[in-house]
Amino acid sequence: MALKGNLRDFTITQLLNLISLAQKTGVLEVKGPGQTVWIFFQEGKLAYAYSDKRDSSLAATLYRNENITKRQLRLIQSRAGDIQDKELGLLLINANYVTQEEILICLKDEYVGNINNLFTWVEGIFEFQNNAHPSNGKITFRINLENIIMEGSRRLREWEQLQDEIPSLDMALKFTDNPSIDLRNVNLSVEEWRVVSYINPKNTIKQIAKATKMNDLEIPRIVYGLLQAGLAQLVRPFSEKPSTYQKPSLPVGGKKEQKTLVNRLIKRIQSL
Amino acid sequence: MQTVKMVITGPFSSGKTEFIQSVSEIDVVATERKITSEAERIKDSTTVAMDFGRITVDDELVLYLFGTPGQKHFDFMWEILSEGMLGFIVMVDSARPETFREARRILETFRAYAPTPYVVTANKQDLPDAWEVEDMRIALRPSPEIKLLPCVATDKESVKTALLELLYNILEKMESGEF
Ligand SMILES: Nc1nc2c(ncn2[C@@H]2O[C@H](COP(=O)(O)OP(=O)(O)OP(=O)(O)O)[C@@H](O)[C@H]2O)c(=O)[nH]1
Ligand SMILES: [Mg+2]
Repeated sequence: MALKGNLRDFTITQLLNLISLAQKTGVLEVKGPGQTVWIFFQEGKLAYAYSDKRDSSLAATLYRNENITKRQLRLIQSRAGDIQDKELGLLLINANYVTQEEILICLKDEYVGNINNLFTWVEGIFEFQNNAHPSNGKITFRINLENIIMEGSRRLREWEQLQDEIPSLDMALKFTDNPSIDLRNVNLSVEEWRVVSYINPKNTIKQIAKATKMNDLEIPRIVYGLLQAGLAQLVRPFSEKPSTYQKPSLPVGGKKEQKTLVNRLIKRIQSL
Repeated sequence: MQTVKMVITGPFSSGKTEFIQSVSEIDVVATERKITSEAERIKDSTTVAMDFGRITVDDELVLYLFGTPGQKHFDFMWEILSEGMLGFIVMVDSARPETFREARRILETFRAYAPTPYVVTANKQDLPDAWEVEDMRIALRPSPEIKLLPCVATDKESVKTALLELLYNILEKMESGEF
């Protein structure tokens, strides 16, 4: 079964949200007009990401970060040929060129950067393949997606999408019960924190906007990010009467008669 | 003669007419018209008025199935539709993620304004490009208590299952005193 579609209909943040919640393992291929990006996930966390338009190998990444010189880069490329990242990393650490921490920081930024770059794309098709893994020699991570999703929402340009996601500012927010998300690990802006501090089924989004002095355009963007990152969900405001449904219309009164009628419908449909 | 009504709604071409046709004892008297707009030319005809199907229960009771027109925007319709309704079925084409946004909008509207009970069907599960039901659940974000059922509208048994789930749901709510 497929998980594929077009970025016009499905944003990268929505895809990351899906992969994170479903804890998927595999590779997401995103094909734009002039570039293709592959993102690998392990149980819903970012493992590795690269693009065909950029060298994300360890050597090239360290060089761009000025952890190694051009001469060292050339040396590695000419002498070590197609040495794998893991192996090269060990060599460089042992030779005291770089620390393990430097390697991890710069590769993490590199992979995340490859995803961030996608947030500006408007054109492209995507396809997810289950259970694909990066090649063995790659240095991989298990990076939570919440921060990446929040960043994506901040960069979102298509405002009309927000209107579909948040049809009414009279809805309230509540924290999700998702145990894998720890708010303390999410980098939020001051505005985002202010909104978060008002999250409570008793407060409508409108009220939160008022309290945080945001207008009707600013607040949906932040709410969208919180929803996509899986930090919050939309609920009907608490103070309203808790009934979730209107009573169905039935041509008979009386509880017993109504139940009998529904049972007649059930029997008939079963017999079709 | 007593009548009960159910409404089948959902984005353009999600299979509403097909769904009703599969169980209706009369020909669905839909007002289909040829599609002229290029953008929506993925099939030849679309429903321009309400579809209309019928299941006679017994001498005294008839169930009507109404299908909403595909291309109309849903917002201003559901309130009118909700009146006199037993419940809704929201159909989504599992193989066309480009319609998920519209589907989500319907579901968010339902969540905000509480219609009569409803279930959601992930239709066209027989197609090779169909998204898995679990993925659709995340993509569509229905309220947690809402049933999302795999469905093949061309298959009568599958349609029956969806209708029955909605009825069981209503019965449960009656028994638990929710309305
Ligand atoms: N393979 C497959 N095709 C289906 C299924 N359900 C519907 N279709 C086909 O999908 C197309 C659209 O179905 P319709 O029943 O016309 O959809 P609709 O929701 O009534 O469309 P509008 O009224 O235009 O919104 C038709 O060609 C159907 O035959 C299904 O479960 N599987
Ligand atoms: Mg139709």
